[in-house]
Amino acid sequence: MSRYLARFLVSRYFSSASSRPLHVCIVGSGPAGFYTADKLLKAHGEARIDIIDRLPTPFGLVRSGVAPDHPDTKNAINQFSLVAQHKRCSFYGNVKLGSDLLLSELRDLYHVVVLAYGAESDKDLGIPGERLSGIYSAREFVWWYNGHPDYSSLKPDLKRSDTAVILGQGNVALDVARILLRPTTELASTDIARHALSALEESSIRKVYLIGRRGPVQAALTAKELREVLGIKNLHVRIKETDLNVTPADEEEMKNSRARKRIYELLSKAAAAAGTSEADPDQRELHFVFFRQPDQFLESDERRGQVSGVNLEKTILESVESGKQIAVGTGEFEDLSCSMVLKAIGYKSVPINGLPFDHKKGIVPNVSGRVVSQTSGGISQNEPGLYVCGWLKRGPVGIIGTNLYCAEETVGSISEDIAEGVCTSVKAGSKGLMELLEKRNVKKVDFSGWEKIDAKEKQMGSERNKDREKLVSWEDLLAAAAS
Amino acid sequence: MFFHRLSRLGSRIVKELPKERYLPKCGMWSLQRSYGQYLRSSAVLQRRTRTFQEDVLSYSHKFCTSFSTASENSGKETEKINVIFVDKDGEEIHVKVPIGMNILEAAHENDIELEGACEGSLACSTCHVIVMDTEYYNKLEEPTDEENDMLDLAFGLTETSRLGCQVIAKPELDGVRLAIPSATRNFAVDGFVPKPH
Repeated sequence: MSRYLARFLVSRYFSSASSRPLHVCIVGSGPAGFYTADKLLKAHGEARIDIIDRLPTPFGLVRSGVAPDHPDTKNAINQFSLVAQHKRCSFYGNVKLGSDLLLSELRDLYHVVVLAYGAESDKDLGIPGERLSGIYSAREFVWWYNGHPDYSSLKPDLKRSDTAVILGQGNVALDVARILLRPTTELASTDIARHALSALEESSIRKVYLIGRRGPVQAALTAKELREVLGIKNLHVRIKETDLNVTPADEEEMKNSRARKRIYELLSKAAAAAGTSEADPDQRELHFVFFRQPDQFLESDERRGQVSGVNLEKTILESVESGKQIAVGTGEFEDLSCSMVLKAIGYKSVPINGLPFDHKKGIVPNVSGRVVSQTSGGISQNEPGLYVCGWLKRGPVGIIGTNLYCAEETVGSISEDIAEGVCTSVKAGSKGLMELLEKRNVKKVDFSGWEKIDAKEKQMGSERNKDREKLVSWEDLLAAAAS
Repeated sequence: MFFHRLSRLGSRIVKELPKERYLPKCGMWSLQRSYGQYLRSSAVLQRRTRTFQEDVLSYSHKFCTSFSTASENSGKETEKINVIFVDKDGEEIHVKVPIGMNILEAAHENDIELEGACEGSLACSTCHVIVMDTEYYNKLEEPTDEENDMLDLAFGLTETSRLGCQVIAKPELDGVRLAIPSATRNFAVDGFVPKPH
């Protein structure tokens, strides 16, 4: 602890002694980016931070990922706005790393570059039929109903049948299930995108299956979300009682995790209650299906190229190590008909040129947030001045708050490096970035541009009794920002 | 009577001045505000740049609240308890918290780094605090299902963990010590909780 204190004092001394600013660029304006900026501003009085994002709007998944019926979770935006408005911090949207500027150029302009651009791609199942129409990743579907400008024209067909299948049982799976099954009257007053609300109002989907390859003890969802679906009026939740049998390995997993235990108890209660409720033809149903893994997607005979169902293999659990069980196929199969499949099996980060990348884990290799690369001799070395935070660093797991500690760790590494004199050369910083963007005719959107978008959305929303009506196309967003 | 109360507020403000806090530029108006809300250090001012308008509205509301409480107690001020925050570096910060205030609010009033991402609506776990003495932990009301759901996801969860926004100051908690979890100092007794999103 005293070593930390010594370093802290040294860096403070350097920072107050030198009036030279510390130029920092953070790529990505979601929770990871903003918590990193917040902590850097507090730790270093000489830090000047530019946060860039490829979208004209900030806040990452807080704006485009959190479900429309979870407005309280979006309160984090208020804290982030304060950071963006700090006099030593600036936000620049519509600036894309890789197209508008290169990583090497950023590293030339700034002492410290922190990559916090998350995970904008998806894990693949790698099974036959995955490219059939009607199969989407949950990420695409979420971005569609949240008005992300890249997915506004997704046009998922919700009228072909009454059944949708969701692969995965995490909170994203629950989010999409809930949006598909919630009465649209309840969604009408949220900030859901208009095109999604219209599509959902005409949707024929009444049954959603949540498929997990393991059991209820391993389900990745959390108690709050489960409690929420169990409480939705006129939504019948179906769980097979036999799926709730637990093995000694399951008991051990529950013993080590109170979250697991509480979720299992909730699912048990739900299964017992489901057994007693009567069937009603117009009701909406949510089925939890355990111990099934998808083997292939089935193609429709009447409409070639469209998905008509999923072929599932039954699984059993095998212990691989203490506290960890994996699903193993049994060779028994069954089909489940549906007209839409949403894959909620995990996000994946996107690599960029010039950046070391671990394709297996889908993250940038790092040690406590410092990016490391392999030399030709196979030795790991730190990339000076280059750091990561958030999903790009840890993989696509955790909640908004997880990034608080992630940022603390990364900023700790940055502070240590500054104290050891890693960032002493003169850099152009913000000024250099502005010149570069000007030269390349990039129409950046600063925070006041976002405030104009925000005001327009709120104004449009008030006309329809919602908090905001999102602008969903690039043209509309950029026009509002420039107005 | 009013002047008497004002002068008492004034003398308390004066007593607090040596604690490295300065009065922002609003001059005389500051004396009329309930002292806990108004005296802020420069770091907090930088961080919380609310408009003067917003300040006036919220402070006058708080002033009215304490004013009426004071008159109910026939001239006695709102009672406060001693709370000790232990920050990420192990440093103790002693604060006084009015009865009825929640710990998250108390932390923010005293410039303590306790995040409250969802602003007290039980939609996150960032105000997670660890009650350092079991005796005090047992004096708290049981957490609701909703609080437990969020605690499940808290970083470094322990058996005496609570969400700061749900812990309300009451006389029995006088002297309670609350630790703020840190990435570099893991208090976990349970071990790492898997983190779904």
